[in-house]
Amino acid sequence: MKSFKCDWLILPLLGALIVILGWHVLAGKKVVTKDAEGNVASEERKGAIPALPNVVETWESSKPYIVEPFAKRGELDQGILRFTWLSLVLVAKGYLIALVIGTPLGFMIGLSKFFTKMTDPIIQVLRPVSPLAWLPLGMVLFLDAGRNASELAALFTIAVCSMWPTVLNTAVGVRAIPQDYLNVAKVLKLSRFKTLTKVMIPATLPYMFTGFRLSLGIAWLVIVAAEMLTGRPGVGGFLWQQYNALIYEQIILCILTIGIVGFILDRLMSVVERRFKTA
Amino acid sequence: MSLLELNNVSKSFGGSCVLKDVNLSIAKGEFVAIVGFSGAGKTTLISLIAGLLKADSGTVTLNDKPVTGPGPDRGIVFQNYSLLPWLSVFENISLAVDQVFGDWDAAKRRAHVEHYIKMVNLTPARDKRPSELSGGMRQRVSVARALAMDPQILLLDEPLSALDALTRATLQDEISRIREETHKTVVLITNDPDEGIYLADRIIPLTAGPGATLGPSFTVDIPRPRDRKAINHDAHFKQLRRDVTTFLLDSKHDQKTTVTRKLVLPDIEPEDLTVIRSFGERRTAPKRSREIQEEKIEV
Repeated sequence: MKSFKCDWLILPLLGALIVILGWHVLAGKKVVTKDAEGNVASEERKGAIPALPNVVETWESSKPYIVEPFAKRGELDQGILRFTWLSLVLVAKGYLIALVIGTPLGFMIGLSKFFTKMTDPIIQVLRPVSPLAWLPLGMVLFLDAGRNASELAALFTIAVCSMWPTVLNTAVGVRAIPQDYLNVAKVLKLSRFKTLTKVMIPATLPYMFTGFRLSLGIAWLVIVAAEMLTGRPGVGGFLWQQYNALIYEQIILCILTIGIVGFILDRLMSVVERRFKTA
Repeated sequence: MSLLELNNVSKSFGGSCVLKDVNLSIAKGEFVAIVGFSGAGKTTLISLIAGLLKADSGTVTLNDKPVTGPGPDRGIVFQNYSLLPWLSVFENISLAVDQVFGDWDAAKRRAHVEHYIKMVNLTPARDKRPSELSGGMRQRVSVARALAMDPQILLLDEPLSALDALTRATLQDEISRIREETHKTVVLITNDPDEGIYLADRIIPLTAGPGATLGPSFTVDIPRPRDRKAINHDAHFKQLRRDVTTFLLDSKHDQKTTVTRKLVLPDIEPEDLTVIRSFGERRTAPKRSREIQEEKIEV
């Protein structure tokens, strides 16, 4: 197809418009029938999927959360950006734990065949386990932590789930260090520590950042599950609460928020990643 | 007295013998070129000298001390530059200088690095990353890094083979000039006899592998400084080039390479169709033969 001016903006908007239209068409509408005196006789929802709120309903119901994004009306009734902030803080903590554990672990796996063989089956078994399965275990692990139990369990889940891409990418990166660089280190008789800091870590950085980016994606994915199960305030907790309160409009608001935040995080990380790629 | 000595050095990789009974003796201040075919084991030879590989048998000695591993007393310039891409020209060289001359004060080390950057004419590019430099410039950095370690011997492993002809000629002249300035002992590995003769005091052909070994050494007594244009008409140069090339080609001729090839025969066998096979008995499929034979072909 021929490209035209501003197609980078117009085409995505067009796509979004089609999806929103489709949603609106499928969604239910409130139909009010009135009797002769003008009193409301019956209210019912009609449409292909009656329970699904349509665009207008979603907007109207979500408005207070969007126009006052930082308002705090109650523990589970806060502005959407305030919720997002709470979630991001939790993700950041769990993600940092994942990086702090995952990066050295990846290095060790990349450096030693012995270690690779020892840990590979464990990693392959633990990697596909869903956050929903880890969370209860986390709760059990931190049973004695009292008030902090749910936060610690959430952190544990985020860390355990998001660690693997960092571990595996770092390991691959270490194995992919060109022999030339190591020869330079050998000829210069660099000490082990210097070889690590001056040659191996810089050479592995691009791979590590790819791992970091994938890990961040997973960490953000896990937050919703973690908040849902622990009932912590945050985007995921809010979503689950509104579902239980039968306020379906705000589920969509939460999904959109989660998606947009995830997208922004990924973009930010890939900017950082690209910086290191060229190096 | 010889600076570097190789005695009956052999090296094989996974059963195939690459170098066999290599003997080499290089005096201090000498410039020796080793010429050979690609894949003959030239890089293996230089890696043995550098200590990056260990000989299966025989000894490598530098100043009568056996070489046990790599070290900065043998500065090596790799074919693919081996610069660290995340460091600038200055940083690449100072990584080496800081390591080798760690006891000097910072200003002295800095001056040392600048001196070698200047020697290879890269002062304007001192803060550039390798990816911003051309192949020739990268190789200059690599040469500067090796020289800055102040090695007893400079090992050049096909340093110019990845460069275009013009850059190559320029760098050959620079290597020649730098060598005159520093009086270093140099071992140059190359696949170009002309380059070897133009630069070296002595040129030694490496026979074609497998089981390559060094041939007789040819002394190049063309006076320095050598003139690139005039040298082509120098009778001695022509004679040397002919001798070295002949020796190399003859060594290749002696080694007939054979390739074992699978010979697959047609997968059919005649079948008697008049014989009716019944279902009651054990069904036999048409007989097939899969015979694979091997044949040896001389290339």
